[in-house]
Amino acid sequence: MSRTMFVVAFVFSAACAHLAANAAPFTLKSESVNFPDSDKTFPGPGADAINNNCLSCHSAGMVLTQPALSKDAWTAEVHKMIANYKAPIDPNDVDAIVAYLVRTKGK
Amino acid sequence: MSSGLENDSHRHAMTRRYLLGAAGLGGLALSLRGACAETVDLPLPGGPDERDITTAFPQKGAMILQRTRPPLLETPWSVFDKGVFTPNDQFYVRWHWAVIPTSVDINTFKLNVHGHVNQTVSLSLQDVLAMPQVELAAVNQCSGNSRGFFEPRVAGGEWANGAMGNAKWTGVRLKDVLDRAGVKPGAVQVRFNGLDEPVVPDAPDFKKSLAIDHARDGEVMLAYAMNGEQLPVLNGFPLRLVVPGWYATYWVKMVSDIEVLDQPDDNYWTKTAYTIPDTPRANVTPGQTGVKMIPINRMVPRSFITNVSAGATLPAAKPSLLRGIAFGGDSGVASVDVSTDGGKTWTPAQLGKDEGKYSFRQWQSQITLPSAGKYSLAVRCKNASGEAQPDTPNWNGSGFMRNVIETTNVVAS
Repeated sequence: MSRTMFVVAFVFSAACAHLAANAAPFTLKSESVNFPDSDKTFPGPGADAINNNCLSCHSAGMVLTQPALSKDAWTAEVHKMIANYKAPIDPNDVDAIVAYLVRTKGK
Repeated sequence: MSSGLENDSHRHAMTRRYLLGAAGLGGLALSLRGACAETVDLPLPGGPDERDITTAFPQKGAMILQRTRPPLLETPWSVFDKGVFTPNDQFYVRWHWAVIPTSVDINTFKLNVHGHVNQTVSLSLQDVLAMPQVELAAVNQCSGNSRGFFEPRVAGGEWANGAMGNAKWTGVRLKDVLDRAGVKPGAVQVRFNGLDEPVVPDAPDFKKSLAIDHARDGEVMLAYAMNGEQLPVLNGFPLRLVVPGWYATYWVKMVSDIEVLDQPDDNYWTKTAYTIPDTPRANVTPGQTGVKMIPINRMVPRSFITNVSAGATLPAAKPSLLRGIAFGGDSGVASVDVSTDGGKTWTPAQLGKDEGKYSFRQWQSQITLPSAGKYSLAVRCKNASGEAQPDTPNWNGSGFMRNVIETTNVVAS
């Protein structure tokens, strides 16, 4: 008897420790939405390489709001996109992409 | 404290940038929704500060636009003063890959559990909804929340302090889901995958893993609701992993696949991405190399003033009410202290209702600034494990785990 009570008490306190389990069943409904896209491109001269290679995975906005970074940091970012995220960047365009970033966001 | 600790993030000066003059006819068609775009200035050291306020995302109200695709949407700071729970329509959003389903049919969606288990199971949402229901209040915070305040600055999503939110999550225990399949002896980790996919086919799909004991601790859950409503699509409808006290990178959205592993996960997102220096507060010196890196894990305490902005004027020699939020990270809020002299002296704040140890906790304090002049208001939190916010900021190359004591400069007159 006492053992049963212990088990019941334990289960009850374990439930209370973390949950306010309630009886109301939850129902879900299907969803269908649309996400906005951005037609923003990298502005100014020398932007062809970055516009041609970088916008398939992400819109331009986040790059345009990056802080000023060193050439080493921008080079590392571009190579991280290629090595880690498999960005299909034409090897011939890497220098032009880095040059654009350094010119517009360099320090 | 040094001026380097100043956090002007509460200012968020609103400006209106009229587009009609500059946009031309093409722009006119795009901007008919409002003929003007609202912007916000995030006070990030060195800038750039300006971000658009967007209302263009489904199931979302006004959000700070950090990136359109894949979406990075920050919660405007004023939202955090309204209550301890962050409304779903202004809860921040962060996705890694741009291929995100725009529709989910609840009648065909399946949650598969497989790998090192006794039997593979494929659960419908009805199956999940029929399981014992649990509810838990918990903070979801991006690993890189406040990255924009790092000095020297680092690359990444340049968030101010709004890449966090607190919700009451409703769902089922992960342990119960795993028990449906029956975890075999020798399991070491559990890996979670969602419906989102990389744009580039051979790029690493976003997956995260938890240690088997963590996954089965009875607290980690699969949520089908937040704040009493089904999840917004951008927050992970129909099922999202909730890992109380841990950074949001583990809170996989649109979870459809759970794999029990008998070997440590070697996928990019668990092994390589989201790692931190294995040092106190994940802190290193800029340029420091040769530091052992480990996966980011539990959160650390933070606290903020929500009702007074930097640059605000408060009455001199009269009481003013300071109010804000705090959270303990992976344990509850033990205490919140307030300073009006930049951290030289501290006074305990009054804590609001306890919604659980993983939740935001509101606090308030009555202060009196004795005479006209400049003051540095600061707030600090200590958690139930005795861990306190530090008075100097941490630094690492990823901009992770900021939790320095925040300071808000005001004027009394």
